[in-house]
Amino acid sequence: MIDSLFILPFTLGMITLFIILFIKYGLWISRLSKIDKLRIVQSLFSRRTLAAISESFMEGLIHRKMFRRHGLLGYMHMSLAFGWFLLIVFGHVEVFVQSGSLSTYPWIPIFFNYFNHDAFPGERFMANLMDFLLLFILSGVFLAYFKRINSKIFGIKKTTKLRPGDRFALASLWCIFPFRLLAESATAALYDNGGFLTNTVGLFFKWIEVTPTMESVLWWAYSISLGVFFVCMPFSRYMHILTEILFIFLRHYGIKLKKQFNSYSRIQIYSCSRCGVCIDVCQMHIANISNNQSVYILKNMRDHDLTARKLYNCMLCGRCESACPVGINLNDLRISQRIKASKEYNSDYAFLQTLPYEPVVEDKKPEVIYFAGCMTHMTPGIKKSVVQVLDKAGVNYQFMDKEKGACCGRPLMLAGQYQAAQKLIEFNREKIIESGATTLLVSCPICYKVFRDDYELGQITIKHHSEYFLELVEQGKISLKKSDKSIVYHDPCELGRGCGVYAPPRTLLAKTGTVLSTEQEKVTSLCCSGSLGDLSLSMADRNVIKAETLKVLLKQNPDVLATACPLCKKTFVKGVDIQVKDIAEIIADAIE
Amino acid sequence: MIDVLIIGGGIAGLETACSLQDLGYETVIVEKEKTIGGHLNDWDTLFPTHRSAAEVLEHYTEETRKRALTIYLNTYVISIKKQNDGIFEVQTSRDVVFHCKSVVLASGYQLFNAERKEEYGYKIYDNVLTSADLEKRLKNLQGEFTTPTGVTPKRIAFIHCVGSRDEKSGNHYCSKLCCVTAVKQAIHMKQLCPQADVFCCYMDLRMYGPGFEEMYREAQEKYHVQFIRGRLSEVAENANGSLQLKVEDTLAARPSRLQVDMLVLMVGMETAKSTELFAQSCGLECASNRFVKTKDHHIGSNQTNVDGIFTAGASIGPLSVFDTVNHAKSAAFAVNDYLKAMK
Repeated sequence: MIDSLFILPFTLGMITLFIILFIKYGLWISRLSKIDKLRIVQSLFSRRTLAAISESFMEGLIHRKMFRRHGLLGYMHMSLAFGWFLLIVFGHVEVFVQSGSLSTYPWIPIFFNYFNHDAFPGERFMANLMDFLLLFILSGVFLAYFKRINSKIFGIKKTTKLRPGDRFALASLWCIFPFRLLAESATAALYDNGGFLTNTVGLFFKWIEVTPTMESVLWWAYSISLGVFFVCMPFSRYMHILTEILFIFLRHYGIKLKKQFNSYSRIQIYSCSRCGVCIDVCQMHIANISNNQSVYILKNMRDHDLTARKLYNCMLCGRCESACPVGINLNDLRISQRIKASKEYNSDYAFLQTLPYEPVVEDKKPEVIYFAGCMTHMTPGIKKSVVQVLDKAGVNYQFMDKEKGACCGRPLMLAGQYQAAQKLIEFNREKIIESGATTLLVSCPICYKVFRDDYELGQITIKHHSEYFLELVEQGKISLKKSDKSIVYHDPCELGRGCGVYAPPRTLLAKTGTVLSTEQEKVTSLCCSGSLGDLSLSMADRNVIKAETLKVLLKQNPDVLATACPLCKKTFVKGVDIQVKDIAEIIADAIE
Repeated sequence: MIDVLIIGGGIAGLETACSLQDLGYETVIVEKEKTIGGHLNDWDTLFPTHRSAAEVLEHYTEETRKRALTIYLNTYVISIKKQNDGIFEVQTSRDVVFHCKSVVLASGYQLFNAERKEEYGYKIYDNVLTSADLEKRLKNLQGEFTTPTGVTPKRIAFIHCVGSRDEKSGNHYCSKLCCVTAVKQAIHMKQLCPQADVFCCYMDLRMYGPGFEEMYREAQEKYHVQFIRGRLSEVAENANGSLQLKVEDTLAARPSRLQVDMLVLMVGMETAKSTELFAQSCGLECASNRFVKTKDHHIGSNQTNVDGIFTAGASIGPLSVFDTVNHAKSAAFAVNDYLKAMK
């Protein structure tokens, strides 16, 4: 009995872990809104659960997205997660094969070789299988050691900086499987119950004439590593292992991240594995800004030590969000923190009541209501072109903010001014619905994003001019003549990653010229650096970021640099000698 | 061997060439345009005296003719290389390679392209002009002054600092001459259209030279030009071609709207694209405003980091005619010192 005491660190560690998880997850779920809880209950016995299980398997264990990013990185994560999972499953299978029953102490499958020295039917097969799995995991562990030395071969230029809590957890994780190998090999040397791997390593122990005391010490070391890891887990980044599964389930149950911070936001924060994929994709490195990438911000949110400087110094381009293998809503999480951190300023917006709007005439309701937005008014070339195309196509439209208008609210939202933004949203929403139009046409992706996410416009479909003009072409209302010009299209962040509009602008442009593709486009397209999301980035820093983006865009020397966002246009026009045009201007020129 | 090769046949290049010729040096001017005189060709009158630009130009044409200066027109410099023996090899567009003992950069400036400030509507709305466009219009004026759409203007606005002191447009520095040019042009417009209301929207008024402040005072007291402290945010066009401006009046602390018939953008000065290009070819240092960096701000403003390459005029930054002529004269003396030491 005394010599079985080594199971204590493992057992106590596991109990501690379960208690902490039970309390934490219980609190988080209980703090979800009533509607969200209802969503969980209603979806529990639906196909959504199956989908969640399947995704948990593919992402939590196999790490499919990691594989897509880099083979070796994917293998490292898979061998650790999936290998460990299989080791636990087959550990139980081994116990079942041996005893014919699963009702046993939880530590028996973990330390099986220590407790069982006797042969049983299938023992050789099980021992070899378990050795194979151990080898599988160990290959991942060695890759992990190597990644710390040289992360480049994993396709990672910069890896995360470790915090003390993580170091502890990492050290114990790195010890678990090597100790298991040594402990099982020592036992194999003494009792000949190992597989191909442990018996081979056991030869070494036989040579040094291993004693039961030495064997016991190694089993203690294995158990302690496990116990320490379990206790560290909720306080380190490894909390993500289980939280990610919870997150996947909740996401499948239709729970969405709100602009205001809540317990679902917290679950997302804890789902971050700090893999560091978001670090490399961040363009801020070009300006030598390397402490505000999402992985660090999430860590700061967790530890409640996020500084305003870090929080606000981000262009919210969304490149990290689309690269995140866990699918965390990084942009909205950051906005939720900004909302939390910002004070309400004087936003009575009394002027809204004095704005001149065309009165609604019951029997002359427009089909389309066009909202140009502030940025389009600042780029009158775009505004003029949109109006020209609409007139040419004979569209029955109303120009909502022709004379004066209110802002869409997105810049305020990006700055964390939720209440102020809400006032503008309410105001515009009423005007749009009042107009009786069935389509809301926008020419600025910044407006598009807020209309789509925060306006709740019901049956009214929202369209960017690139989508709408393509429809007009397809309906034969306008026809375009093709030139021999080569065009490179720049995906604006808010239109591409923000709203998922990638194909319509390209299809439309292809009708006016030859669209060239670039190395980084669509979901991986680079930010122009003009972003309204960052109000603290200096002009000099913006310029270096812009120069890098232009280098990628202009690599093939196109005749025209096309974009679909007035802000991108304004930003690029100051950096190049070639023509920078909005898609609306190109269409207005190409119309027959 | 040529003693001095002068790049640019504007007033800076001509003044330097005349002075060096008088000192007995063999000079050659390379000018990329088809005539000498540079930007002065496009200008109607000069501040603060309202004197005709053509008069100044005539003076230099006459001086040039008297001295029979060698000038290559329609020729631009591709590269400048300093050889080991200290002689410069200058490659030009005409397949002519010059060898010379020294080089003077009198390549001047170019005006800010107002299209880059799209919200002001230049080249989008017909009645938006730049200060240079207005000078051309005034120079070629026959009969009554009208806006580009043919209207006698009742309200005219001048916008200061277009492409100057504006990091977003890429230029953080002050072009310093646009303020006084705007005041000059505003007075001129008042003289031509006495019934018109003329507005100047400014950030700061920098009336640094002799006679400038007096002119500014005259604009207010005699001509009733209205000065509004604040920038223009955006311009929209009315159906009749007149313009609606959104400006901020920072003294009244409120946004306001102006209806005008014509808008004049006071475009700033930028380093000439060509200067940037050949500066690269000979390792010439440029300052943060992209103009050529002088070797010593106070006592060596004609020298550069490359021995034997000198500057004259606005290649070092925005300069008035007055300052350009002086700087060009001092360039001649700096070259003289250098060539004497060489012998």
